[in-house]
Amino acid sequence: MYSVTYHRAASLSDAAKLAKKDEAKFLSGGMTLIPAMKTRLAAPPDVIDLTHIAELKGITVSGKSVTIGAATTHAEVANNAKLKAACPAICHLASHIGDPHVRHRGTIGGSIANNDPAADYPAALLALDATIVTTKRELAAEKFFKGLFETALKDGEIVKAVRFTVPAKAGYAKFPNPASRYAMTGVFVASGKEGVRAAVTGAGDDGVFRSRPIEAALARNFEAAALEGVSVPSDGLMSDLHASAEYRANLVVVMAKRAVMAATG
Amino acid sequence: MSDVSLTVNGRQVNAAVEDRTLLVHFLREHLGLTGTHVGCDTSQCGACVVHVDGKAVKSCTMLAAQASGSTVVTIEGLSDGTGLHPVQAAFKENHGLQCGFCTPGMIMAATDMINRHPEGLDEATVRAELEGNICRCTGYHNIVKSILAASQAMAKGKGRAKAA
Ligand SMILES: Cc1cc2nc3c(=O)[nH]c(=O)nc-3n(C[C@H](O)[C@H](O)[C@H](O)COP(=O)(O)OP(=O)(O)OC[C@H]3O[C@@H](n4cnc5c(N)ncnc54)[C@H](O)[C@@H]3O)c2cc1C
Ligand code: FES
Ligand code: FES
Repeated sequence: MYSVTYHRAASLSDAAKLAKKDEAKFLSGGMTLIPAMKTRLAAPPDVIDLTHIAELKGITVSGKSVTIGAATTHAEVANNAKLKAACPAICHLASHIGDPHVRHRGTIGGSIANNDPAADYPAALLALDATIVTTKRELAAEKFFKGLFETALKDGEIVKAVRFTVPAKAGYAKFPNPASRYAMTGVFVASGKEGVRAAVTGAGDDGVFRSRPIEAALARNFEAAALEGVSVPSDGLMSDLHASAEYRANLVVVMAKRAVMAATG
Repeated sequence: MSDVSLTVNGRQVNAAVEDRTLLVHFLREHLGLTGTHVGCDTSQCGACVVHVDGKAVKSCTMLAAQASGSTVVTIEGLSDGTGLHPVQAAFKENHGLQCGFCTPGMIMAATDMINRHPEGLDEATVRAELEGNICRCTGYHNIVKSILAASQAMAKGKGRAKAA
């Protein structure tokens, strides 16, 4: 690792001030940033630890409205009793990120700010039509996720929380890469008053996306059987040593079926 | 440089370290606690697992400065000093190790796993929970057996403590 200066921010304004330093990076759970620094793929001269800012932590469930602070760990999301009662699909998703040690440190804010094309949370937030609350504005997940490792975040802008309304039904299924546990294809489905949304991670060439053919079939009938015979195009899907675009296109349908079964189970 | 102050295996430790010092290097090189191992560069093997504020974490993926103010327990501090910790004893009895390289991380992960599952463990859960720990020797079979045995022994121990 190259030399770095560590700062522990006590408040959001403190963090914003520190962020004025050239090339400074925010540090949350460190489960992505520290491995990148160890292998010298990232070399920020300064890191600003956000995890001691009380305002960024915790989960509130009030009626159908859920707010999760950016520095809330995957383990906390997986095990929160109120959230499990309101929206078990997101707890299930969090409980399958990486491994127990990664879940003890990694956070939802870090995960979405990083926007890895195979990360789990982006699929949930896009399907749940979540709002991302930052230090500067509020924006829809659709506007936040911009492509491979790209988001709408500007320099110095901090994700404070994510907020969503619990849908009538939701489910997530992923085909994990056997080595890393990242999604080789993961599908989050949500069905509510506003209709059906199905978001796919781990498969798109340009990161997380909504699958219209899946949504159209499920809008007619929100059951796994409705996806029988549905196919999704392989254009724009990733091909790599793990799987071809055609294989991933098939996985989208299979994972969507399993996600619907989990949602209606 | 950062001044770090933490409790390691019950002992208060204060030191000035380079900010880039990983917790695992702080433990091994500054404190001489070489029971915690480094088995990879990619945060995947779990040989470095220690408990920070009661939770299993990969000490190779955390700066010592991030851990400042925390309480850390390593494999050296697991037993109370009077004998082996029940998880250590179970690994010994069930032949849960061969070369031993992964063992400190396995035992720290196992202890955390048992603590998080007071209702008890079954084989499928143990295997799923071992996702973050790699062993090159054993094929996991005896590790799983050791953890199941330890979980039962610790549940019984608790029962006895309550009855007493
Ligand atoms: C072995 C292993 C397996 C994993 N498996 C999975 C998996 O199966 N699925 C999955 O989805 N992920 C997986 N991950 C990634 C993990 O979920 C990370 O925790 C997550 O991607 C990043 O979150 P973090 O809190 O650790 O962020 P950090 O590593 O601290 O930060 C990541 C990036 O986000 C920025 N950032 C952090 N917080 C904020 C904020 N509040 N506002 C603005 N920017 C911010 C940082 O500057 C940095 O650029 C895995 C990681 C490891 C090491
Ligand atoms: S040394 Fe491999 S995970 Fe820490
Ligand atoms: S006993 Fe040798 S790596 Fe596990």
